[in-house]
Amino acid sequence: MPKVGLFIPCYVDQLYPQVGLAALRVLRRLGLEVEYPQEQTCCGQPMANSGCATDAKPLADRFLRVFGHYDHVVAPSASCVSMVRNHYDPFLRGKAGFEHLKRSTFELCEYLTDVVKVGKVQGEFRRKVGLHQGCHGLRELRLARSSELVAPAFDKVRSLLSQLDGIEIVPLSRPDECCGFGGTFAVKEEAMSALMGRDRLADHLQAGAEVIAGADMSCLMHLEGLARRAGKPLQILHVAQILEQARLS
Amino acid sequence: MDHAKSAARFAADEARTHWHDQALYSLRGKRDRAAATIPEWEQLRETAARVKEHTLSRLAEYLEEFERNARKNGIQVHWARDGEEHNAIVHGILARHGATRMVKSKSMLTEECHLNPYLEARGIEVVDTDLGERIVQLAEDPPSHIVVPAIHRKREEIGELFHRTIGTAAGLSDPKVLTEAARQHLRQKFMGAQAGLSGVNFAIAETGGFVVVTNEGNADMGTSLPPVHIACMGVEKVIPRARDLGVFLRLLARSATGQPVSSYTTHFHGPMRGGELHVVIVDNGRSQSLASEVFRRSLSCIRCGACLNTCPVYRRSGGYSYSYLIPGPIGSVLGPQRDPAAHASLPFASSLCGSCTDVCPVKIDLHHELYAFRQVLVEKGLVPLHKRIAMAILGSVLSRPWAYRLAGRLLRWIVPRLPRWLAYGPWNAWGKQRELPPMPKESFRDLVGKEPP
Repeated sequence: MPKVGLFIPCYVDQLYPQVGLAALRVLRRLGLEVEYPQEQTCCGQPMANSGCATDAKPLADRFLRVFGHYDHVVAPSASCVSMVRNHYDPFLRGKAGFEHLKRSTFELCEYLTDVVKVGKVQGEFRRKVGLHQGCHGLRELRLARSSELVAPAFDKVRSLLSQLDGIEIVPLSRPDECCGFGGTFAVKEEAMSALMGRDRLADHLQAGAEVIAGADMSCLMHLEGLARRAGKPLQILHVAQILEQARLS
Repeated sequence: MDHAKSAARFAADEARTHWHDQALYSLRGKRDRAAATIPEWEQLRETAARVKEHTLSRLAEYLEEFERNARKNGIQVHWARDGEEHNAIVHGILARHGATRMVKSKSMLTEECHLNPYLEARGIEVVDTDLGERIVQLAEDPPSHIVVPAIHRKREEIGELFHRTIGTAAGLSDPKVLTEAARQHLRQKFMGAQAGLSGVNFAIAETGGFVVVTNEGNADMGTSLPPVHIACMGVEKVIPRARDLGVFLRLLARSATGQPVSSYTTHFHGPMRGGELHVVIVDNGRSQSLASEVFRRSLSCIRCGACLNTCPVYRRSGGYSYSYLIPGPIGSVLGPQRDPAAHASLPFASSLCGSCTDVCPVKIDLHHELYAFRQVLVEKGLVPLHKRIAMAILGSVLSRPWAYRLAGRLLRWIVPRLPRWLAYGPWNAWGKQRELPPMPKESFRDLVGKEPP
């Protein structure tokens, strides 16, 4: 039985505890041994993303110290996983346990489909769902085939959700355009960020979505903020919150 | 000029921004459909990337091979260290022939070297003959896109511009009528030109020839009527063999406009009978880029514009929001290499969504280069101090679990208690168009202990 370290990104811990709990429940109900190490904080992405990688280094060191001994590390956030997998090299290259950590850190959905190999998702969710493809999940972790590539289509998040009874995943006119969150981009380029987000919301609404679901709470936090300000009748949910109602096997 | 500010200004006209966004997104759509007709598309991209990588690894050898073979073909080859030298060489050739009227097809390199003003100051009329280039030239604007330079102009505006500058009837907006008017106007310029200048899409080391790709045939007309043809190229335009062309030509037009091939693909292998053919090979900072292990890859660019068309920021901010003459993701990597201080905001003009990287026909990892350049800018001290201090504080809080827990608790306690005018004051950029996230009473780490194991 692999020992799983649950990595709950800082903003999920502080602002969206129910998403963290949903991820924990999904994993525990699969019979996995899951631990949440309390000494964890943040992966360092906000600093690295702003060009201040030196300020992110102590967090990379901490991450390795806290999570290095787990068989698997799982997080309900594609972007933070990408930070560990794709951007920790300059900080941790050559350090004991780093290669293992990089190989063993997973986004929740890819962990379910690729490692646990969940075949069946039983449950119901009788809503029209717009699936938001977070860019880092899409193009850094390859959770799905991005629309630019000429390759067979696949989508790990959709493959889980689409099994639910009654769910209708609505077709978007731009299947994987960025929502404009982009970390510090959201405030540095506020006008661009907000316009991109409003355009995304409009696409989901014209497609008839009642719920926007995604694997990255940061994109969803941005979309939720815009939807609430504009008074749009949209519910924003992390995939884990939908999956926690279902039985996975 | 800070990209964020100029982008906000462009996007303030939301209807026009959406029109611009849609015009470019439809180009991206055409590219997708064209790419999908080639089952081995990804293999082509990989091959193109490798050919470029290989060429860059022995660039000097290939350039010299090109020079030798070009000379054998009767082409006169010139070397220019920078834009100034390039302009002087072009002017020297024109002066020797007493030429005062030159037609020019599309060349981003001559834009980069500011050739037009240089020649105009020396009494030479330069007419851009690509329709889009002519439009921006008449409007006295730089190009706003590297493939479709006047994409930001609506047809009514072009009708008005033509009325004002080339004397067409007032109120024209039919693209066919406008194009015909430009055609007649340009025909006169072609007939009167004493020299023609073109860019170079690919220079072939093995044959000493080069290829120019256009959709309007303007490079062909402009270089076959006058007796002097000057072709200007950056050092990165060379490819080893003629057979490599097949890889790039299949990628280029599909990536740029979704065409299987451009209307004109012209191979030049020597001067016309009785004429002269000159090639000017320009460095202008490129060998600096070549020396950088990270940013070298940006020299692989074949200027298809696909990264602009797919960029959600470019589409919504327009070419003029970028301080460098090449806008979009590739320009945001190239510009700061030339002048990091002048273009320090460009690597931040991206959500790092990575669509540019996946669309790039030569697989430049553009969003990773933008990320890497952010680090360089901070190291060089070119990011505002208050941002660096904010990140240092954030990093230091997040490195100490007790400080992080305390900061989180304070935040969640204070924010809900603030009056709205305070919580959403002008200092809150997030809250300008967005609500703040909910501030729950308890964090995940407070709640996790209460979960059944």
